[in-house]
Amino acid sequence: MTSDIQVQALPVQGRRRSIDFSWPTFALLTLVLSVLVLLPLFWLVYYSFRSDTGAGATFANYIALVADPTLLRAYGLAIGMALAVGVLACIIATPMAWLVARTDLPGRRTIRMLVTASFVTPPFLGAIAYEILAAPNSGIVNIMYRSVFGLEASEYLVNIYTFSGLVFAIACFTFPYVFTLVANALDKVPSDLEDASSILGGKSMTTLRKVTIPLVLPAMLAGTLIAILQALTMFGSPAILALPAGFHVITTKIWSLFQFPPRLGLAAAAALPLLIITVILLRAQKSILGRKGYTVLGGKSGTPRITELGPWKWPAIAFVFCVLSLTIILPYLAILKTAFTGTVGDPINLSTLTLSHWRFVLFEFSATQLALRNTFLLGFLTATAVTAIALIVSYLVIRRSVPGSGFLGVLATAPVAIPGIVLGVGLFLSYANPTFQLYGTIWILLIAFMTIELPAGYQQMSSAFSGVHPELEEAGRIVGASRLRTLWDITAPLLRTSVVAAWCFVFVGTIRELSATILLTTANTKLVSVIIYDLNESGDLGAICVLGIILLAASFAVVFVANRVPVLGGSQMNTRG
Amino acid sequence: MWKKALSAALLATGLAASPAAWAEAPAPYQITPELEAAAKAEGKVVFYTATDVAVAEKLAELFKSKYPGIAVQVERAGSERVFQRIGQEYSTGIYNADVIETSDAVHFEYFKRQGWLAPMVPQEVADKWPADERDPDGNFAAYRAHLSVIAYRTDLMKDADAPKTWEDLLDPRFKDKMVKAHPGYSGTVMTSTFVLSQLLGWDYFEKLGKQNIMQVQSSTEPPKKLAQGERALEVDGNEYNVFRLIDEGKPIKIVYPDEGTPLAVGNAAVLKQAPNPNAAKLFYAFLFSLDAQQLNSDFGGLRSFHPDVKEKADRTPLSKIKILHSDPEKLEPEIPTIKANYEKYFGT
Repeated sequence: MTSDIQVQALPVQGRRRSIDFSWPTFALLTLVLSVLVLLPLFWLVYYSFRSDTGAGATFANYIALVADPTLLRAYGLAIGMALAVGVLACIIATPMAWLVARTDLPGRRTIRMLVTASFVTPPFLGAIAYEILAAPNSGIVNIMYRSVFGLEASEYLVNIYTFSGLVFAIACFTFPYVFTLVANALDKVPSDLEDASSILGGKSMTTLRKVTIPLVLPAMLAGTLIAILQALTMFGSPAILALPAGFHVITTKIWSLFQFPPRLGLAAAAALPLLIITVILLRAQKSILGRKGYTVLGGKSGTPRITELGPWKWPAIAFVFCVLSLTIILPYLAILKTAFTGTVGDPINLSTLTLSHWRFVLFEFSATQLALRNTFLLGFLTATAVTAIALIVSYLVIRRSVPGSGFLGVLATAPVAIPGIVLGVGLFLSYANPTFQLYGTIWILLIAFMTIELPAGYQQMSSAFSGVHPELEEAGRIVGASRLRTLWDITAPLLRTSVVAAWCFVFVGTIRELSATILLTTANTKLVSVIIYDLNESGDLGAICVLGIILLAASFAVVFVANRVPVLGGSQMNTRG
Repeated sequence: MWKKALSAALLATGLAASPAAWAEAPAPYQITPELEAAAKAEGKVVFYTATDVAVAEKLAELFKSKYPGIAVQVERAGSERVFQRIGQEYSTGIYNADVIETSDAVHFEYFKRQGWLAPMVPQEVADKWPADERDPDGNFAAYRAHLSVIAYRTDLMKDADAPKTWEDLLDPRFKDKMVKAHPGYSGTVMTSTFVLSQLLGWDYFEKLGKQNIMQVQSSTEPPKKLAQGERALEVDGNEYNVFRLIDEGKPIKIVYPDEGTPLAVGNAAVLKQAPNPNAAKLFYAFLFSLDAQQLNSDFGGLRSFHPDVKEKADRTPLSKIKILHSDPEKLEPEIPTIKANYEKYFGT
């Protein structure tokens, strides 16, 4: 928001009396980002040394961390789950990315678009869709399985309420991370290296094995690490699928520590290892991606070589269709079906079709309107604030206009290492006290969302900035415009597409957030994600599906409009995470 | 400031710490035109409730049709979650709620000790309510009651195979077939877990935990899982949700086991810091009116302490059921043990 003020203040001051705003902006941003990032972490550490019974400073919370078997088990299961998700996502995504990027598979563009759509789906909604599809008795898949084979009521094909079911449901909505990174890397692998291999007599499989795969290996590993990280810090899906199966992962365990009587010290201590694991994984990812340079060694030397699938075309189509069915088509159909029929187990026919869930959500359920309003208000505010801050920070960092500006970049990226639930605990401890009284207002949520989304916004803006040559700005500066004036008049218009894309990305990210939100909302600051979660705890699947459809439709609409408004550049949305 | 912030955020972990505020119950009040006008001027009442969301919204609708111009904001969550929420809000100086209602009687003893409640007695409560279903000091009264029942799908389980007693549930034939709510979320299940652990001992739950039970959160959910056909048998769950589903034509039957059925009493109260005090007072009186109580019974399937409420003929009257009562004063110190044991035997 600081940037808004700066930007609005600009036209007032004359061009002649041009003060360089770089330093004050730098100082202000450093302060704001430090408060956003460091304050919650400070309180987290502070509380982890406080006794929950009011006995002052203590190590008891850390002792409990290694001595309490329920915490250890939750950590063990969470790590196992995350690793399994990473491996599964990699196994699904890599061949698919290769098929889409490097073969003559029909409908490649559509496939990429559909995978992007599964990014927009909130994972908790995906988990609920899988409850509808694959619950052992009422799951649609199992009902069909039984009726096709004429089996008894106790037989089932799949059970989503298991550890493997949970891994599967999370992998379905995290594989796009691996897919996008690998597909992009494959786009960039120079075909001359592959040509060299075939000239030397390598068959196509040999080339694939010895040249192409090694070249995209870093992207695969990096994507897998992101999937692992996502799974490890996820709250919604485990809460929906693991609790019925009778086990906790670490995020649900931390959340359960907030139940009355709350054990905040233990919650803080239990959150810290999650933070440390995240930092380690991110460092690993950075060092892997850091070596990725050689994949684009030759630049874009010619178009990537397309492999002809020949007779393998049909199995390839079947594979891709299968993956898309599991990750997009089936879950969306299940949600639609549940929104329009009485209960999940009902067959679809004229007598079971009903609008009762729609009536309930739209007219009877009093939380709907408030939650929709809050959700979209926060989405707009967060997206605007984050994009503005990211724009200025990446300008300062990329153009190195102020010494030490690199530090700002570090601050803006740091929240990526803070899992949502950890940030939720930290923010609750920082701001939910009589001094700040931010708990119960939408401001605490705005702070949370800004912190969570800042790294993504910053990453996008800084990569966009590095594509704009500074000579255009230098021209502006030579004519006598201040730095911010140049930024606003020259650089920003050039970056319009990226700004709109970053804005949409942050917007979508905000409205699907649940893990920090769940600890920070109150009655007057309900969000759609939270009421969906509340409704899930009382088993109202029909109402959830209606809300999910509204949420998805609205997010697609906002993204669509933002990309079509001519003032904003009228660009098309590019495929990005 | 530090100490204040800390102690507030830690939300009075010492349940027994604060002094009790004893007072005579105030004189009963009636709904007067002045009260109605004052409530209308406020225009809104915020109701924190643990009753099933469809029932609570129906009640709000009735209120709005009786007193147009006053909006009702229904905030529904599980009893323990409502309790957690109000605790977090009050510890940070947020006063959103006007009227509060949960199905865990312990909460109201706690609120009363904290001095969070505004004592008031609607005329209807003073005239009609049994003495042990209201606070002698007028802080709260039993707005609803329901049993936590065993129930099964008649199309998935033959009547002869259905359990008759709590002990029956340990039979291997019910393995993988049961669904159960969580005491950390639901006040009803907290109450029933307490009375059953007293009656049958914790080793009963240890054995039950080995039956591969589907664990859900709210006590409104097991009946819904039955309706979905996800499980054939519920270990616990709200009787009123089962009634509602039976009314909708779902093939479900209730079992009142020989050892007895746990009763959960849902108290309601007005908060002292209510942002809309007059609307709160009006809404509170409305909650105990015959119309509201009859709606709770007809549409909601809840039990009422109002002697004039007529129950539907197909429901077994409370007088014919062996009821297990819980003592909130004994339950309160047991809460941490119940949660710890539960996690040990059921995993979460």
